[in-house]
Amino acid sequence: MAMTTVDQLQAHASSLERRRRLYTGLGAAIFAILVVLGFIGAEEMNSGGFVQGLEKFFDYPGNIVSETAEAGTGWFERLWIYLPALIETINMAAVATIFGTVFAVFLSFAATRDLQVWPPIIPVARRIMDITRAFPELILALFLIFMLGSSPVPAIIAVAFHTAGALGKLFSEVNENIDRGPLEGMTAAGASWTQRMRWAVLPQVLPNYTSYMLLRFEINIRASAILGFVGAGGIGSELRKAISWANGADIAALFVLLFLTIMVIDQISGHVRRRLVGGMFVGAR
Amino acid sequence: MSAITADEAGRLESTYGDVLRTHRRQFLWPVGLLVLVVVYLAYAFFAFGVPELIAKSRLDRGVLLGLDSVAYKVHVEKNLRRDRFEVAVEGERTATYDEASLPDWVGVTGASGNEGRVDIDMGGGYSFVIEGERLTVTGPGMSAPFTVTAGDTLSWEGDVPSWIELNPKKVDVKLSLFQRAQVTSGRILVFRYFWGWEDFWFDFRSPLNGLSAGELWALAWSDERIDPEMSNAALIVDEFWGNEGWQHGDVFKALLETVIMAFLGTVVAAAVGLPLAFMAAANVNPEPVSRFVIRRFFDFVRGVDMLIWSLIFIRAFGLGPLTGVFAIALTDTGTLGKLFSEAIENIDNKQVEGMQSTGAGALARYRFGVIPQILPVFISQSLYYLESNTRSATVIGALGAGGIGLKLVETLRTGKDWENTLYIIVLTLMVVIAMDITSGWLRRKLTGAGRD
Repeated sequence: MAMTTVDQLQAHASSLERRRRLYTGLGAAIFAILVVLGFIGAEEMNSGGFVQGLEKFFDYPGNIVSETAEAGTGWFERLWIYLPALIETINMAAVATIFGTVFAVFLSFAATRDLQVWPPIIPVARRIMDITRAFPELILALFLIFMLGSSPVPAIIAVAFHTAGALGKLFSEVNENIDRGPLEGMTAAGASWTQRMRWAVLPQVLPNYTSYMLLRFEINIRASAILGFVGAGGIGSELRKAISWANGADIAALFVLLFLTIMVIDQISGHVRRRLVGGMFVGAR
Repeated sequence: MSAITADEAGRLESTYGDVLRTHRRQFLWPVGLLVLVVVYLAYAFFAFGVPELIAKSRLDRGVLLGLDSVAYKVHVEKNLRRDRFEVAVEGERTATYDEASLPDWVGVTGASGNEGRVDIDMGGGYSFVIEGERLTVTGPGMSAPFTVTAGDTLSWEGDVPSWIELNPKKVDVKLSLFQRAQVTSGRILVFRYFWGWEDFWFDFRSPLNGLSAGELWALAWSDERIDPEMSNAALIVDEFWGNEGWQHGDVFKALLETVIMAFLGTVVAAAVGLPLAFMAAANVNPEPVSRFVIRRFFDFVRGVDMLIWSLIFIRAFGLGPLTGVFAIALTDTGTLGKLFSEAIENIDNKQVEGMQSTGAGALARYRFGVIPQILPVFISQSLYYLESNTRSATVIGALGAGGIGLKLVETLRTGKDWENTLYIIVLTLMVVIAMDITSGWLRRKLTGAGRD
């Protein structure tokens, strides 16, 4: 081996450093070019320009606010009128979350290596999760609306389908991180597979499952509201009507309802999640 | 071990009552929860009117639609009133075969008008013959040919198998999904389906239609120009890109718009969210009022939701990717800002103190004391949102922001070109999965390197 002097080492180190800087610089330059090109492209493809748009930006919210002010106290009645639509949307999200979670649990158990399932099923379950996760809800919903007609059910199926994949992946990550001790203990005691899953795995994963499920419920409320726009009923349909009739007071009422619901669910689920996941760690230590 | 006696059970109950009761409670509440869920689902079942939905649903539509998205049909039509005979792909005027070059399974003898005879080989040994105003069906399993006459009133004779439906106004021959015919007064229409997407590469009328890859390759290098205006290679690209049925060029542009929306939206959100996150973190910004204001701002833009923002931006900026970019950017400034500020609050303060002890200024402290610690979170969350925004961009695109989502809704609305719909769905899925893989790869690469 050749003699290495301190000078050589230093030279080597500084050449490495220069190369690192060059790569970082190149990466940053490519990134910057992409961003600039993207903006130029987006500006060109857009039907209205950015600068003109900026002036008009507050017009629409302004209109909505002024029409709401004109409606006066009658506006609060609208909140009440639209409540059933909101409940329908929440129900859609809830049913979709329940079904999605059930499928996700099965998929995630089938996709985890440590849980002693039949091995050939593992890659199959993983691919199923990849595909269901990648499928935008909207596409499936539109397809099902064509077949089943306008109703909340197509949206529920679509949201549940996506939820199964998205939650399944998160669940399987939880499954992979369990403590294997209880599982081995149960195996040593001669427990069946169902018993092992019920008493060794489920207690460990349930708090995290619930936490992810609540997070998903919140996301699904937004998704259900959006799907209402394409004919799935609920608050999205009402919002679409209000917007096409340009009825400012109604639009404001619906915005406020949606905003409040998302806020409330966010707060509740955040609280429950902190208790669940925090509680598990307290229990474990 | 023997069974426990009643005395022994009583003793156990009194000694370990607490343990047993807890066990029973633990057993009871999942059952209770299950009952609750079932009751709720039963309520939902009726609240959403599932029974009526099932009664009204059109599953046959689904079958046809599924078939149509992976196969195409060629119409053979004889219109007796207009004395016209036509063979056309999907019955479209732009895709009508010339009389000289009919498909080989259609044979015309004599004049093709009302007097001529048309032999149609339907595959599987079945043949449909149109003579004047009569359609004759022969094939395996039929004791005698079935003939229907499409006069002012329909009349028929011969063997009627189960797959022929007779009505006074319409006779439906449904040999299989791939072989069908419909006879109404004055009109005979035969459909034969083929697997695949018709004219996917080039238009029906294009000079390049039906050429194989080898022929195209040879053509691209040959000097004899089909179109004197441009070289053959340019013509091939042009004909493919401008395919009217499939609109490859437009679809590609729309996909690009969607990717731009997701990419720029996430970049802006991360770039705006990071400095705001510093201002919202208690260990960086000691001033509570500004912290409170920024945090509520995060909550507000996050809570209003991308859908609503995109509707407002459409009014201001019009249709197009810019609208999508801002809707995504604004919503995710809230989400990413919140995540980043939590990461900043959870850093190890020793590095910042170390920097401070060397007399470093505020900027240097953040650059070398804080940023290296939150970099993995910053990169992995940004990439995760880039991936999920690709999906969101499709959705807000469909609501009017443009891009592939809008394109998809257009093809769905016409409800006819299901193969185009499937094409767009497949492309969208490919882009989403590609984004997923790329962001996962980058995440491992970048955060892995950050930890070394």
